[in-house]
Amino acid sequence: MIELEVVIGLEVHVQLATESKIFCSCPNLFGQPPNSLVCPVCMGLPGVLPVLNKKAVELALRAALALNCRIKEEIIFERKNYFYPDLPKNYQISQYSNPLGEEGFLTIGSKKIRIKRVHLEEDAGKLIHKEKYSLVDLNRAGVPLIEIVSYPDISSAQEAQDYLKELKLILQYIGVSTCDMEKGFLRCDANISLREKGSSILGTKTELKNMNSFNQVRQALEYEIKRQKNSILQGEKIIQETRLWDDNKKITLTMRTKEEAHDYRYFPEPDLVSFVISKQEVDKQKALIKELPSQKRKRFKENYSLNDKEIEVIISESGLSNFFEETLKYYNYPKKVCNWITGPLLEVLNNKRMSIEEIKLRAINFAELIKMVESRKITNLVAKELLGELIKYDQNPQTLAEERNLLSISEKSELLGLVREAIEENPRAVEDFLRGKDKAIMFLVGWVMRKTRGKANPHILKELIERQIKEEK
Amino acid sequence: MEIHKLSGWEISQKIKNKELTLDKVISFFKERIKKFNPQLNSLVSLFEDVEFPSSEFSSELWGVPILIKDNICIKNREITCASKILKGFISCYDATVIEKIKKAGLVILGTTNMDEFAFGSSCENSCYGPTLNPYNKQYVSGGSSGGSAAGVSAGLSPLALGSDTGGSIRQPASFCGVVGFKPTYGRISRYGLVAFGSSLDVIGPLARDIRDIAYLLEIISGWDAKDSTSSLQEKKSFSSALEDNIKGLKIALPKEYFVAGLNKEVEESIKEAIKVFESKGAYISEINLPHTEYAVPCYYILSSSEASSNLSRFDGIRYGARKKAKDLIEVYKKTRREGFGKEAKRRIMLGTFSLSSGYYEAYYLKALKVRSLIKKEFQEVFKYYQAIITPTSPTPPFQIGERVEDPLSMYLSDVYTIPSNLSGIPSVSLPCGFTKEGLPVGLQIMANHFSEDILIKVSFSYQSVTNWHKIYPKDYD
Repeated sequence: MIELEVVIGLEVHVQLATESKIFCSCPNLFGQPPNSLVCPVCMGLPGVLPVLNKKAVELALRAALALNCRIKEEIIFERKNYFYPDLPKNYQISQYSNPLGEEGFLTIGSKKIRIKRVHLEEDAGKLIHKEKYSLVDLNRAGVPLIEIVSYPDISSAQEAQDYLKELKLILQYIGVSTCDMEKGFLRCDANISLREKGSSILGTKTELKNMNSFNQVRQALEYEIKRQKNSILQGEKIIQETRLWDDNKKITLTMRTKEEAHDYRYFPEPDLVSFVISKQEVDKQKALIKELPSQKRKRFKENYSLNDKEIEVIISESGLSNFFEETLKYYNYPKKVCNWITGPLLEVLNNKRMSIEEIKLRAINFAELIKMVESRKITNLVAKELLGELIKYDQNPQTLAEERNLLSISEKSELLGLVREAIEENPRAVEDFLRGKDKAIMFLVGWVMRKTRGKANPHILKELIERQIKEEK
Repeated sequence: MEIHKLSGWEISQKIKNKELTLDKVISFFKERIKKFNPQLNSLVSLFEDVEFPSSEFSSELWGVPILIKDNICIKNREITCASKILKGFISCYDATVIEKIKKAGLVILGTTNMDEFAFGSSCENSCYGPTLNPYNKQYVSGGSSGGSAAGVSAGLSPLALGSDTGGSIRQPASFCGVVGFKPTYGRISRYGLVAFGSSLDVIGPLARDIRDIAYLLEIISGWDAKDSTSSLQEKKSFSSALEDNIKGLKIALPKEYFVAGLNKEVEESIKEAIKVFESKGAYISEINLPHTEYAVPCYYILSSSEASSNLSRFDGIRYGARKKAKDLIEVYKKTRREGFGKEAKRRIMLGTFSLSSGYYEAYYLKALKVRSLIKKEFQEVFKYYQAIITPTSPTPPFQIGERVEDPLSMYLSDVYTIPSNLSGIPSVSLPCGFTKEGLPVGLQIMANHFSEDILIKVSFSYQSVTNWHKIYPKDYD
């Protein structure tokens, strides 16, 4: 039986985080009422002309540089002609023969995935399909996009997902896009084919569309690999076609075949003049690329001796790693701070559905909170409770704990009364403990904890209960 | 007072001197339009509620009536480009030139007829029917700005705006005995001009008097943030070029423009005009522009390619006349089949073909190369000469219907005007005589990029000693 290998190339579209659209001054915003962010230019009314937003060029340039691309000295736009109701002019202003960046790469683990091109273009609007008609929302029409096309260097569905994660991280780090896939800020199409292992000839590919998350990309590729493998093993020919991922059924379905493919009739956009990218601009954008995820990974490993898993969580958002390093300035125990961030802090953020950028908590106060736990001024439980407050309002944790009367009760005299009460009220647990059930002691600890609203120092408490039971006996 | 025989600037002066009132001027021209337009079909809409200028005397043409070609957007007015597909479409914004002329205090009386989307040289390809030549209504007014040319010719308005992609201002100006001026590409903002061939389109003025042209150019030209292809070149004072002094000016006559296809009577008139320039001390020499013969095919490939893409937006989805059909593809097909005229469809097909994969290199790309050769050729000439003089059109006006079924002969009527669009240089057509039948003949002058001042100077010198531009059609005298 022949052994097959997988060949995948990805085409990723990313919306740039500019304030306005690429060819007019309408705001670039998500989630506004339909057709509220439009003007004659992005509606494609008769007589209008595009004017290039320089900010979009800057962000695209920065992205191309971060992806190690060769930069074109002169940007030329071209028209991609096709009819579709979400495309107001029935052509898209894009780049074809002269992409902004070419021949770059990004690295996942130890593997280099080459990038063929990075080019700048405008987004189309959105269609909202109703039962008997469709509506057009042009808020998105004219939002700046970059298209990032990889070489077919990816050899598994998992690798495709890793590539996307790394790409997203890079673009987030350099401030080019938030890459929020749920909002469509990042969209991915995949080209996939199989070939005999070791062969240098590419097999017939299919193009997969309509995947709305990194997981779906992986699942669609996994499905498609299986489908193609079965076809090949049964001696069938793979048809070159575009297939849509159906996320409910978890399968891919034919959308259109090669014969139905468009002839886009690209030609230079006569309404725009060529735009020269100066060396100064390249230098300026290079300088704005501070530290890429791969560099940060290396530095964190060397400086903070965190393990790979911890590093991945901490660098998964530049906000998190910044907060981590800021906290270290006040409390220089990387491992502990890392645990506090990846544990309690992320848990609270998830519960409150907040991002690290949105929190009011300052690193100095976060460090203070950790110190308070370490010095047993407050319990872990109380610390978590306080975190929920601290992320919403900028306040000192010490003051807050005092105000709320949440400082740990470590004074044995204060606790002794409660311990006696616990023993009196829970004879069964005491008996169990005496019969050798060590767990029973924890029931009694919990009982006191509830009475103190979590303030009792659990170590001291445990010790006290044990001693008291033995004494009473 | 024969107000229609006054130049625009004279009307403005008389209003300022209180010899005339703005109301009187406007009602005079409105009356004239109501009386004569049904015969000529120059205007497609007359504004009953004209917008009066607010600021006092803000320009040399304050209070002067003007007609606007139906492919330039005026806020809250219907714009159709003489096409069924846009019938009923109201523009929600002013073109940059419209903003400027409103600010300068000109009064827009209405919009003028044209070949659909500016595709044509006779003003016959219009959903409103043809505009007739005021000198003889059996003849065409020329195109595509035929409505603007005929309107000025018949004294329906002293001024008009047209657009010129391959001769659409100059050829009808020549056919109707008026001055038509195509500025340098980029001199005037195209924002608000419905695109035909984006790399060739220019807005320009039509009038009888070159002084009006100079003032109007001053008003409408200049860089515009809304048009990336508009030039940052400093605006020259065009009115200061209004002087009768061409002594020592070097004028070139390209041999390729005086060949077999040139009508004898036209040639005679041009030769007479050349004598006038000679008598004023200009040096005249014959030169060669060897790539001239490739201009027409090159132009039809490039302009149609751009047009095929520019006209894609007329699909009935967002505006214009949408036809009902069973699915999306059928909506597109039906809307465009019924909305576009024959010539528009011909150009869309020609352009789509030229851009198609497999043909792109042989047609579009080749034409681009030819275009740069033609450009270069002109640059060479302008190293030694300040102006080039040619006929505007190889023939006098032709008869209505004469060339409708023969697109190639129609296309060839722009053979002399197309090269300046391909190279982007300014050029002007001046009235320079009449045929024995009484049909006007036009003289074309071309100059280097951004040398509109030379064209104005040459035109002014010519008009100071000739009367051709003052001879009105006898029915509209």
